[in-house]
Amino acid sequence: MRFRFTEEQEDIRAAVREFCQKEFEPELARKLDREEEFPWELYRRACKLGFIGIHFPEEYGGGGYGILENCIVAEEMCRADSTLGTAIILGDFASEIILRFGSEEQKERYLPKIASGEWISAGAFTEPARGSDLAARLDTRAIRDGGEWVINGVKTLITNAPIADFFITLCQTDMEVEPPYRGQTLLIVEKGAEGLDVTKIGDKMGIRASPTGEVSYSDVRVGDDAIVGQLNRGFYQALYFFDESRIEIAAQAVGIAQGAFDRALKYAKEREAFGRKLIEIQAISHKLAEMATKIEAARLLVYKAAWQVDQGKLDPILASMAKTLAGRVAVEVCDEAVQILGGYGYIGDYDVERYYRDAKITEIYEGTREIQLNTITRWILRRSG
Amino acid sequence: MLGLSFELSEEQEDIKRAVREFCEKEFDPELALELDRKEEFPMELYKKAAKLGFTSMRFPEEYGGQGYGILEDCIVIEEMCRADSSLGIAITAATFASDLIVLHGTEEQKEKYIPPICRGDFISSGAFTEPARGSDLASRLDTRAVRYGDTWYINGVKTFITNAPVANFFVVLCQTDPKAHPPHRGQSLFIVDRETEGVEVSKLKDKMGIRPSLTGEIAFSDAKVPADALLGELNRGFYYAIEFFDKSRVGVAAQAVGIAQGAFEIAYKYAKEREAFGRPIIQFEGVSFKLVDAITLIEAARLLTYKAAWLIDQGKPDPLIASMAKTLASEIAVRITEWCIGILGGYGYFGDYRVERYHRDAIVTTIYEGTNEIQRLTTLRYLLRRL
Ligand SMILES: Cc1cc2nc3c(=O)[nH]c(=O)nc-3n(C[C@H](O)[C@H](O)[C@H](O)COP(=O)(O)OP(=O)(O)OC[C@H]3O[C@@H](n4cnc5c(N)ncnc54)[C@H](O)[C@@H]3O)c2cc1C
Ligand SMILES: Cc1cc2nc3c(=O)[nH]c(=O)nc-3n(C[C@H](O)[C@H](O)[C@H](O)COP(=O)(O)OP(=O)(O)OC[C@H]3O[C@@H](n4cnc5c(N)ncnc54)[C@H](O)[C@@H]3O)c2cc1C
Repeated sequence: MRFRFTEEQEDIRAAVREFCQKEFEPELARKLDREEEFPWELYRRACKLGFIGIHFPEEYGGGGYGILENCIVAEEMCRADSTLGTAIILGDFASEIILRFGSEEQKERYLPKIASGEWISAGAFTEPARGSDLAARLDTRAIRDGGEWVINGVKTLITNAPIADFFITLCQTDMEVEPPYRGQTLLIVEKGAEGLDVTKIGDKMGIRASPTGEVSYSDVRVGDDAIVGQLNRGFYQALYFFDESRIEIAAQAVGIAQGAFDRALKYAKEREAFGRKLIEIQAISHKLAEMATKIEAARLLVYKAAWQVDQGKLDPILASMAKTLAGRVAVEVCDEAVQILGGYGYIGDYDVERYYRDAKITEIYEGTREIQLNTITRWILRRSG
Repeated sequence: MLGLSFELSEEQEDIKRAVREFCEKEFDPELALELDRKEEFPMELYKKAAKLGFTSMRFPEEYGGQGYGILEDCIVIEEMCRADSSLGIAITAATFASDLIVLHGTEEQKEKYIPPICRGDFISSGAFTEPARGSDLASRLDTRAVRYGDTWYINGVKTFITNAPVANFFVVLCQTDPKAHPPHRGQSLFIVDRETEGVEVSKLKDKMGIRPSLTGEIAFSDAKVPADALLGELNRGFYYAIEFFDKSRVGVAAQAVGIAQGAFEIAYKYAKEREAFGRPIIQFEGVSFKLVDAITLIEAARLLTYKAAWLIDQGKPDPLIASMAKTLASEIAVRITEWCIGILGGYGYFGDYRVERYHRDAIVTTIYEGTNEIQRLTTLRYLLRRL
């Protein structure tokens, strides 16, 4: 056992930190939060420095590192700014599916463009009628017609939809099979395809610089080369992807919590009440001590889950535990941070309320808290025989 | 003497029903979302609610009020916040701190300010917090009033002041005796009209929640107010303010109870309708137990709130109970509204489904009119005194 990063990993962390210190403007974050706009320029700069796709192999323009390094990037960016960080690290969302299951042609076509920041990806699983229960028969169907696939249906709550260049879409391809998830396939649909329509969904509580949208498909035609991995194996591939990606979401949560903690601590050391610094008031100092403890525990769980993946021993139970704990810690820590800042915590200028709003998403997407708990239950049962 | 009873009187039931009807007819979720987006006050609705007497329940009839007590006021607050957390708070907080005039004002002051407040022609503000202090008002204030002849000159800045951008007058806590020891013995309240020269108001934007309830900063630079603007006795302002907060925080508890109830109802309805894994999600205990816990906590907080209100109306206000009510109600409101977001899944994160707004609105109830840490200190103080 060792609880030390390699020098390389420390360098990556330092580089991200430096980038954020130089480039992340709180004013910009507040503005994009108000206007629900994506941080285009920053995104491209982050890509240029290799922070996006750091976990892609070098041959596809990536950094050749693993999930742990990707988590370090996610954590540091979200710590520096929850809104900008989240938007940026989600820019390549779901492209890992191509990395893991795609054909050589697909990898060559998509991954370098993602890593360079030229393209943005989206993963379209959720439908209006189902988010948690993707194993059910999907309403989005792809039907074989003249050597092509004809897609009809609606996907909703899709990250990056309004700005994405392609959508990895989970479709029902076999309508009869039981259980239905054995008849689902992942298909890549590119922006501009005929019959593809995207609308932005506004008024989100948080992560407002990360645009969300609805994607509707009416008679969208794609060829066999749009299939990622195997026909009718889409559900399994998606689950595998979620097992990995939820670790990144957990890292996002840890970063958000840490960033809110940093701000609360700084404030508590400066602000006075009743003739003392807030930090000298036990009700406040104990809050901070507990926040720090929770963050450290969540962080270790996240690193372990990531490390497992990089060791080639992905452990879904750890991934779910990491996301469940980190998500909860993020919300609780941000909540306390708002409280420590008193009235100032409630207004945008002090940022912690934004961290709070951004934190809450980590308990919802990539499997809600309850779904994580179900996953953990399933695995502990399986393990205990 | 009658013993315990947990029934509202017929009159109180009528009030509750009337408010509910009003909200059902007049509160438009689209409008709430729009005002939340733009941080604008629901002026028309406020005036309508005032016409029906809902904003003046606790004010005496002789000044145009309804002549009821704090309990009836709480019923109105709760029902309005239940129907819509943002509109509810904005409307019911529009008369904030006018109570101080009713309690300590001269006949002229009452006649001048209270009837227009009751009619909905006026909006009031209570300005206590300063940039350097919110909790610790007992310390020496930076806002000072100095007397020359018949005129007071006020200098200083008050911040986080509810209604400031739309208020017609402000009740302002000032240091009048800078040498007093302890300093709070040298504080006084003044009624300052909005048009007073040397008064400048700016709007605080980008609040997390209660965005239709406007908040602002008031800067006084040699603001000239006449001698008769003094409210109550000189150097008694701090005591008046504390006595007022002991009552008004019960109203904050009622806001929290209403917000929690409203969010609960939205989530409950959703949980019965939404299906996952082939059944309504209310059939999963991960969902249903949260709903059950929510309604249990709401009931407990409501009873504590009503008891605190009832004690005031009996002429036996109890700061211990009031602080307990505000702390419990605000904290369960935050927790419950957060659960409700979770129950709505991804939709809970979007404005259209309302619960995220209820949640953002709930959070302020742990902060204003004394943060919950300060409530705990108050509870402790009274506890130590008694036990
Ligand atoms: C900002 C944002 C971005 C998103 N980005 C994407 C994206 O890029 N791609 C994508 O495909 N999706 C995305 N989503 C969708 C997200 O993954 C879903 O919202 C989430 O999976 C939950 O699905 P749902 O909203 O349909 O909730 P439901 O599945 O309807 O669940 C409702 C409630 O019931 C609970 N529940 C359901 N089943 C059970 C059970 N068996 N036991 C106990 N409780 C249960 C849930 O936990 C939840 O509390 C995004 C959502 C948001 C808000
Ligand atoms: C939307 C909104 C509307 C408001 N409306 C009004 C209004 O109309 N009029 C008005 O005058 N004010 C108003 N306020 C201000 C509000 O009352 C103050 O923000 C609140 O009293 C806290 O003061 P503060 O922000 O200065 O926090 P501080 O007093 O600086 O406290 C910071 C933190 O330290 C904690 N703390 C402080 N002292 C202690 C202690 N001794 N022990 C333990 N913990 C302690 C606090 O609980 C808090 O967590 C409003 C605030 C908001 C956000």
